[in-house]
Amino acid sequence: MTDANLDKPAAAVPASRSLLNGDERTKKREAAEKRFQYYGMAAICTGLFFLVVLTVSIVRSGLPAFTNAVVAVDFSLSQEEFDAAEGQLFKTKAYQGLFNTALQNKLTEAGIDVAFDDKAIERILGKTGGTIREYFRENTDDIGSPVMFELAASSRVDGYFKGRVTRDTLVDSRFLELNDLDIVDAMAEAGVLKTAFNWNFITGADSGVDNPGGAGIGASVVGSFFMMLVVLFLSLPIGVAASIYLEEFAPQNRFTDLIEVNISNLAAVPSIVFGILGLAVFIQFMHLPQSAPLVGGLVLALMTLPTIIISTRASLQAVPPSIRDAALGVGASKMQAVFHHVLPLAMPGILTGTIIGLAQALGETAPLLLIGMVGFVARGYPDGLIAGFTDPNSAMPAQIYTWASRADVGFYEKAWGGIIVLLIFLLTMNTIAIILRRRFERRW
Amino acid sequence: MEGGLVNDMRTIQRTDQMEDMKISAKDVNVYYADNHAIKDVNVEIEDKTVTAFIGPSGCGKSTFLRCLNRMNDTIDICRVEGDILLDNEDIYDARIDPVQLRAKVGMVFQKPNPFPKSIYDNVAYGPRIHGLANTKAELDEIVETSLRRGAIWDEVKDRLDAPGTGLSGGQQQRLCIARAVATAPEVLLMDEPCSALDPIATAQVEELIDELRQNFSVVIVTHSMQQAARVSQNTAFFHLGELVEYGETGQIFTTPQDSRTESYITGRIG
Ligand SMILES: Nc1ncnc2c1ncn2[C@@H]1O[C@H](COP(=O)(O)OP(=O)(O)OP(=O)(O)O)[C@@H](O)[C@H]1O
Ligand SMILES: [Mg+2]
Repeated sequence: MTDANLDKPAAAVPASRSLLNGDERTKKREAAEKRFQYYGMAAICTGLFFLVVLTVSIVRSGLPAFTNAVVAVDFSLSQEEFDAAEGQLFKTKAYQGLFNTALQNKLTEAGIDVAFDDKAIERILGKTGGTIREYFRENTDDIGSPVMFELAASSRVDGYFKGRVTRDTLVDSRFLELNDLDIVDAMAEAGVLKTAFNWNFITGADSGVDNPGGAGIGASVVGSFFMMLVVLFLSLPIGVAASIYLEEFAPQNRFTDLIEVNISNLAAVPSIVFGILGLAVFIQFMHLPQSAPLVGGLVLALMTLPTIIISTRASLQAVPPSIRDAALGVGASKMQAVFHHVLPLAMPGILTGTIIGLAQALGETAPLLLIGMVGFVARGYPDGLIAGFTDPNSAMPAQIYTWASRADVGFYEKAWGGIIVLLIFLLTMNTIAIILRRRFERRW
Repeated sequence: MEGGLVNDMRTIQRTDQMEDMKISAKDVNVYYADNHAIKDVNVEIEDKTVTAFIGPSGCGKSTFLRCLNRMNDTIDICRVEGDILLDNEDIYDARIDPVQLRAKVGMVFQKPNPFPKSIYDNVAYGPRIHGLANTKAELDEIVETSLRRGAIWDEVKDRLDAPGTGLSGGQQQRLCIARAVATAPEVLLMDEPCSALDPIATAQVEELIDELRQNFSVVIVTHSMQQAARVSQNTAFFHLGELVEYGETGQIFTTPQDSRTESYITGRIG
C-alpha cells in the first residue's frame, strides 16, 4: 500500500471510477446495512414466534371454557300434569320425576337401554326440577306443547365429555360415581348429551368454589368496565391538565423541577404500593365501600396518572415552538394557542399514552388484592349505574386470579377463558383508541 | 428627544414630526441568559413609514424586532431592559396585555410557520379570535383580501381547504404574510419575509409593503441592501448588538456616517 502511494505522487489526479463497480468501503457499508436488516428480521421473527405460541396456548386452553356439555330433551307438560305437580308438597321433586321419565323414554326410543335413578340424574344434571318449574310457571302458554330444554351438565360430566376427567381420575369423587359415566355414555350415544356454546360463561357471574360449571365472567367484565370508566374520566383530564400546566404555563424553578422528578419516580412505584395507599386512604379514611369498582378505579387512576402525564408532556414538547409563536403572533392568548393549536397536534401522542396507561390498569391485579376485589365472589350484576360504581364487584384480572387459585380443576379452563375475554376487552379498547387517533391525525 | 450621539443629527431634523412617532425605544438592552444580544439601542420608528433593519447575521435584528411585540416573553432566558413606547404607552408596563399588543403589532416570522390547518383557517384564525367578522361572508371577504395582499390568492383560491403546510416554502411565507395582515395590525414586523421568495413574489410583497405604508408602520428585517433601498424610508444598521447607525435610507446608503456601515454596505463585513 505504501509502495503504491510512493509510486503515485500526491499530485496525481484521482482516477475517475465507474459508478457501476463499487469500491471496498461501499461494499463494507452495504454488508453492514444488510446485516442490520437481518438482525431486525430475526428479532421480529422471534417476537412473532412467541406471539404465536402464546396465542395458541391461550386459545387451546381457554376455548373449552366457552363450551359446555348440555342435555337437550324435548319435554312437554300437559295441563293436568302441571296442576298435579303444583298440588304436591315437594313441587320441584314432581317436575324432576316427570323430566326423568321423559329422558328415559327418549333413551329407550333411541334403542339404548340403561337404568338410572333420580339420584344419578341429580348428580349429572343438578336439580332439574326447579328450572323446569320456573319455566312453566313463567310461560304458561307453553303448557301442552313440547319445549326443548337444554340443561347444563355438571362440571364433572362436562370434564368427562371434554376429556379432562377420566374413569381413572374419578375413583373417589363424591360428586359423580363411576356408574353415572355409563349413563353419560348412553346419553351421548343417544344424542341427548352434546356440546353447546356456554353463554353463561360470558353473561354469568361467579359461582361457588364447587361449581366451576356455573362460573361466568360477565359480572367482572362489568366491574372492569366501570373501573375503566373511573380511570379514564379521572386520569385523562387530570393528567392532561397537569401536563399542560407544567409544560406551557409553569415557571421553571426548583419547585416545578421537584414535581417533575417526582412524577417520573411515581411511574416506577410498584402497583401494590398504590393498592395499600387506596386501602388506607379511600377505604379506611374516607370510608368508601370495599371491593367497589369506584375505589378500584381511584387506585388505578393514581397508578395511570404518571404514565399519562409523561406521555402527554412528551407529545406537547414534540409540537414545534414555531406553532406557538405563530398563534401568539396573531394575538392569541397563551391558552388559545395551547388549546387551538398545540393540543390538537399533541392529541395522537396523548391518546397513545392513555391507552398504554389504561391497558396497564385493566390488567392490574396487585392493587385490587388490597382493596378486596380479589376473592370477592360476584353473585350477580349491579342493578343500575350508580350501583355499578359502588356495589362490590370483581374485576377481570381479579376474577381470573381467583379462579386460578381455586382447587377444582374445572376452574383452570375458566381462568384461561377469562384471559381470552380480557384480551378481547383490551383489543376493543385499543381499536377504539386507534380509530380516534386516526381521526386526529387526519387533521394534520 | 434625547438620543445617543448617533441620533443627534436626526433629532434636529425631525423635531417637527415628533407626534408621528409610532414606536420609540430607549436604552433597550436584551440578554439571553449571559449573552448580551442588544446593547443600548435607541430607535424611533415613524408612523406610516417603512423602516428597514439591516446588519450581519447574528447581530440581533430578529431579537430587537421580537421586543417590539413582546414575542421575547416566550423565551424563558430572555431579559429585556429599557423602555419601548408604542403610541406613548410603555409596552413592557405590567398593565399592558401582550395579547392586545400583538393584535396591534403583527409579525411575520423568519421561518414560515403556517398552522397545520387549512389555508382558509390559517388566515381566518386571527380575525376569528379577535371577532373582526360577524358573518361568514365577512370572514370570506377578509380571507380573500388578505390572501390577495399576500400575493398568493391566485395560487390557492381553488384549494382553500388544503393544508397550509402542504404549500411550498415561499408560498407558506406569503400565507404567513396574509395571516399577519388579516388581523389589521397597526404595525407590521416582518423578519426577512422575502428570503424564500422568487423575484416576482418578492416584487409583490414589496408592493404590499408600500401599500401598507399608507396606513401602517412596517418594520422589515432584510439581508438584501437593494430591498432595503427599494422599500424603506428609514434604515437602521445593527452590528454585534449595537445600533450603529439610523437614518434616512438614502442617506445611509449614499453617505454613511460610520465606517462599519460603509464596510457592510459595500460588502466588506457581514
Ligand atoms: N432563543 C435564543 N436563545 C439564546 N440566544 C439567542 C436566541 N435567539 C437569538 N439568540 C442570540 O442572540 C443573538 C442575536 O440573534 P438574532 O436572532 O437576533 O440575530 P439576527 O440578527 O436576526 O440574525 P439573522 O440575520 O441570522 O437572522 C445571537 O448571538 C444569538 O445567538
Ligand atoms: Mg433573524
